Amino acid sequence: MFTLFKDTLVSQVVTLWKVFAKILVKADTVQYPEEQPYMFPRWRGRIILSRDPDGEERCVACNLCAVACPVDCIALQKTEDEEGRWYPEFFRINFSRCIMCGFCEEACPTNAIQLTPDFEMAEYVRQDMVWEKEDLLISGTGKYHDYSFYNVCGKKIGGKDKGEAQNEAVPVNVRSLLP
Amino acid sequence: MTWEVGSPLSIISILAVVIVVAAMLIWVERRLLSFWQERLGPNRVGYFGLLQVVADMIKIFYKEDWIPPFADKFGFVLAPAIIMMVILLSFAVVPFAPGVGVIDSNIGVLFMLAMASLGAYSVMLGGLSSNNKYALLGALRATAQMVSYEVFMGISLLGVVALSGSFNLREIVLAQQDGWYVIPQFVGFVIFLIAGIAESHRLPFDIPEAEQEICAGYHTEYSGMKFGMFFVGEYLGLVLISSLITVLFFGGWLGPAFLPPIIWFSIKVFCFIGFFILLRAAVPRPRYDQLMSYGWLVLLPISLINLLVTAAIILSMQ
Amino acid sequence: MIILFYLAGAVALISTVAVILQSNIVHALIYLILSLLAVAVVFYTLGAPFAAVLEAIVYAGAIMVLFLFVIMMLNLGKFSVDQEKSWTSGRVMLVPAIMSAILLAQLINVLRNYEHSIDVVEVGVLEVSALLFGPYVLAVELASILLLAGLVSAYHLAKK
Repeated sequence: MFTLFKDTLVSQVVTLWKVFAKILVKADTVQYPEEQPYMFPRWRGRIILSRDPDGEERCVACNLCAVACPVDCIALQKTEDEEGRWYPEFFRINFSRCIMCGFCEEACPTNAIQLTPDFEMAEYVRQDMVWEKEDLLISGTGKYHDYSFYNVCGKKIGGKDKGEAQNEAVPVNVRSLLP
Repeated sequence: MTWEVGSPLSIISILAVVIVVAAMLIWVERRLLSFWQERLGPNRVGYFGLLQVVADMIKIFYKEDWIPPFADKFGFVLAPAIIMMVILLSFAVVPFAPGVGVIDSNIGVLFMLAMASLGAYSVMLGGLSSNNKYALLGALRATAQMVSYEVFMGISLLGVVALSGSFNLREIVLAQQDGWYVIPQFVGFVIFLIAGIAESHRLPFDIPEAEQEICAGYHTEYSGMKFGMFFVGEYLGLVLISSLITVLFFGGWLGPAFLPPIIWFSIKVFCFIGFFILLRAAVPRPRYDQLMSYGWLVLLPISLINLLVTAAIILSMQ
Repeated sequence: MIILFYLAGAVALISTVAVILQSNIVHALIYLILSLLAVAVVFYTLGAPFAAVLEAIVYAGAIMVLFLFVIMMLNLGKFSVDQEKSWTSGRVMLVPAIMSAILLAQLINVLRNYEHSIDVVEVGVLEVSALLFGPYVLAVELASILLLAGLVSAYHLAKK
């Protein structure tokens, strides 16, 4: 009888009191437009294309981001400059389809495509949600400041032969008998 | 134009104040709920979000007023009107202060009970004529709940009626000058409170419109101003139950003389409205069969025993 | 008050006729509720507020709710409306209409010879209760025994 009383009446009254006491607790709400919330650096928001420390664009048009994208919102076309270096002729992201999953960033071998903490990208016209390369490309390095793909990869381009990258050994001469 | 019971000034101001208060409760409830849930609630439209009600009203007026082609139009249109009429009629017998009221009826308590029982038709017709399974389920639950809890509501009141010896709400208030009836009739008060919540189907007893189970219950198919009438009707019912508790158990307008009677009445009513909103914030919804068996197996015996004991004590005192 | 009486009486009569002629059973029930409420107003105008309110609470508020409740459970569709329509068509209604017309004529004939006036005597709650628990206490107890029998049998049926 006592347990029944305790489980029903007393517990209800305690609940009511505890909820009532919450009126003194400060609200968790952030008043957004006046009061900007702190956005974490790894927050997945607007997508950008970054440049390497030399100011060259990092994207090598490998299409891995377009393949990884689950909603197929990335479209790009590869082309080469006179030095043999690959770059995208156009790079288009349809943000009305993008779900900000970050798979493209994970797939990118050159840290070119990155997600930023910016989320204020609403538009009145749907067509304005399609961003071209000049909209996406920023002048900085994004989250990875010292990384430059062609300086660590073995690929030969104009001005840099094989074996001239950082931490890279000179290619083995297969025609020689020396160790 | 004088303040007396039944004067046009009295009637018009009661109607206006009651409807405005009921509409403002939409904002009050959202604000209070958000404070109890560590949020801020609507605070953008006007100072402290006070004009939120106006915004809501504009929205609800401009919404499409859709009558489903499969619905029974007669009942569908009639249902929201019934709840508004019935509850506003109930306010006719409520004594707000000396000289403020619509009628001074000798059968006030009974009239209020009659109107409460007629209120069941609103939800029944609304659910039945919507021709929708969720609406039908909601209406079934609402009917069973309202018809059963009417019984306990009536019986729990009889203790007060026996103590004051009158069905007249104004005389019941005057009879409480020596002490509020909440002290001798505490059991009756608790039962009336529970039955009142069930009667106005507010949370935690909002089983007829339990969103998680049956969509929106009996008003699933309603939209626009018809839904708005159900919505405001619910808040009107909240105000009505709070004022009845105040009148029957907490001495109505009586209070120390440094404040006018109508202020005392409003303070008491708002305390109970706040309590109802707190109940909504804190208490979970019981299951349907639990509600029914709780009513018939616990509340009915207790209220009958309460009445019996009250009557015996009154007889022995004579 | 006397205008109110005749008005409520007219509403009661019209809505009762509508109950019979209405083919949709839910609409018929709404008219029946309206008729009961009109009768309650008639009681009130005749000086019996307690009876009026009881009419509203018990008949309109409880019994008709149960009627509507049963209708809700039965899930009557268009079929029942059509059936009802065929029953209230002209030919079928002819004989009952004639018979009730004869009864109505007789009733009017009887009432015509009555000399009566509506003199309102206020019968409040106290008077009714004093009568119920005074001279008619046996009838009240018998009615309560009848209700108890009904309750027990309903419990038995529900238990099965």
